[in-house]
Amino acid sequence: MRIRLNGGNSELKENRMIYLKGIEKVYRTDKIETTALRNIDLEVAKGELVSVMGPSGCGKSTLLNIMGLLDKPTQGEVLIETASVNNYGDIKLAKLRNQKIGFIFQSFHLINDLSVVDNVELPLIYRKMSNKKRRQLALAALERVGLSTRTRHFPNQLSGGQRQRVAIARAIVGNPEIILADEPTGNLDSVMGNEIMDILLKLNQEQGTTIVMVTHDEHLAKKTQRVIRLFDGAQVS
Amino acid sequence: MLKNYIKIAFKVMLRNKLFTFISLFGICFTLLFLILITAAVDYSFGPVAPETNLDRTLSVTMGMLETKSGSHSMGPLFSPWFFRKYVKTLTIPQKISISSYFNPDVIYHENKKIKLGIKYTDAEFWEICDFNFLEGNAYNAEEVDATASVAVINQRLRNEYFGDKPAIGEILDFNDKRFRVLGVVENVSILRIMPYADLWVPLGHAEVDLDYPTLIGGFPGWYAWLLADSKSDFPAIKAEFQQKLEHIEFPEGRFCKILTNASSYHEALARQFFHNEDGNMGPFMLVLLALITIFMLLPAVNLVNINISRIYERSSEIGIRKAYGASSITLTGQFLVENIIITLIGGILSIILAAIILNIFNHSGVLADTILTINYRVFLTSLGFAVFFGIISGVYPAYKMSRLMPVEALEGGE
Repeated sequence: MRIRLNGGNSELKENRMIYLKGIEKVYRTDKIETTALRNIDLEVAKGELVSVMGPSGCGKSTLLNIMGLLDKPTQGEVLIETASVNNYGDIKLAKLRNQKIGFIFQSFHLINDLSVVDNVELPLIYRKMSNKKRRQLALAALERVGLSTRTRHFPNQLSGGQRQRVAIARAIVGNPEIILADEPTGNLDSVMGNEIMDILLKLNQEQGTTIVMVTHDEHLAKKTQRVIRLFDGAQVS
Repeated sequence: MLKNYIKIAFKVMLRNKLFTFISLFGICFTLLFLILITAAVDYSFGPVAPETNLDRTLSVTMGMLETKSGSHSMGPLFSPWFFRKYVKTLTIPQKISISSYFNPDVIYHENKKIKLGIKYTDAEFWEICDFNFLEGNAYNAEEVDATASVAVINQRLRNEYFGDKPAIGEILDFNDKRFRVLGVVENVSILRIMPYADLWVPLGHAEVDLDYPTLIGGFPGWYAWLLADSKSDFPAIKAEFQQKLEHIEFPEGRFCKILTNASSYHEALARQFFHNEDGNMGPFMLVLLALITIFMLLPAVNLVNINISRIYERSSEIGIRKAYGASSITLTGQFLVENIIITLIGGILSIILAAIILNIFNHSGVLADTILTINYRVFLTSLGFAVFFGIISGVYPAYKMSRLMPVEALEGGE
């Protein structure tokens, strides 16, 4: 089954941020072959806020990983804006991730050995930038997520909500055009979850950041502009 | 970026203290061993007093004689007659000295048994060597020619034989001969096998006929030192010596071929250990390098294993870094920097430990008069080893890690 969204229109092509074309992802072991994604055709426009929903194991995270160039599809083509990245090597992919994409993970994925501000600086250390400028930008990002008083703390000294805010600060510090959030509120209570969602909405509305968010929460999904539903590796709406 | 790497390196070291201890222990132990060996080798073969002219000195010592039946004799074979006839007559060297190796013996004096090493030398021996005279001076060419009963002794023999009193002009009885002491020198370590002795006397006192025409010299062995004006004279000296050998007599009749060379210390070693007659240091260095590599390989493999465990333990961090723009090359660089840092710490610790051990060794008297030190050459060699060690133990884990997709790393490197 193939469902095209916003496909075939040249005006929309110019406005395209992410385009997945005929994506399949198959995990193979010696004995078993599991298809995680099948025949996915999908476009996300610049400035869109999209949520991805579906039951556990339906391929939501795999889809997000492929969009974020963290994983490679078994078949199909991935385009970021107009460029196909299928043939990109490691260095080019790393640069693209660094410049264009910010990630927010359900389990935060902060580096516990680094302080909050050092964690936030992480994407910038892979750019040519002075230490001073890097620190300035990191502090500004922390300010935006309301954590300017916790810059010297270490991740394990923070609550779950605070850690996720650090992760958001890290995701936005490099001013990426895309933010990919994999169940960003999954480990948080509803109050914290709403706070995180508000930050993402604000980013989308005020800065026009393209956001793709995997979620199980219908309530949060309703706040997004579009819901992509997956079932058993295929896109159903 | 480097600051970030260094910060992380220290944090990682402190986080898993057991791994850090095992890594540091492996590095430290290996380097410590290498530093101690290098210090001993450096002391034995480097330009240490009294052999300060090593860089422009050649020696003729080891050789091979082939009999007509095809059997061989090897070692420090040659006789004083051979040295006087075929070495002493060379024209290019600035100075030529003929001496015996030391001969262990004993003196009984005032109900005391004094062990000593006696050595028979000419006057040039004292000119080529740079002994530190505490009293008096050496015997001269006339005294050697006249086989005068004069001697130079070292500090230890003076103290044991004469007490702490000055010994110049005093008589030392040895093997029914009475030697007048002309000079007292600082003790020389037995590791400096060529100049080493406790008692030095003119050549003629040796229990051999110096002019008896024979190639074989017998115990304790003889050698010649050739002091060149500069190292650039070495090829000419060697060539002149080989020319002499082309016309050699074989007075014993049973020999038909001789192989020997004027060689530096290192060339002589190459010949001795590898029967490498042209004295080429290539094979010697290769074997030395292979031995060092093998010795370093075991701890390196161990370190690689520890590093792989460490890396998988940090796979989430690798995934995060990759997700945020680190390429495999950048991450490989990071892990190499971390490895080099831990290796340098191991290197510094090993140098501190080596200094302590050498200090204890030097004061223990295990090898009398041997002062092993960590000099700049030893230090730089060790540092080179440390960095090499850091790189070889870091490359494989870094390579393994760099092949992970970011998502695999984030999921735990599976």
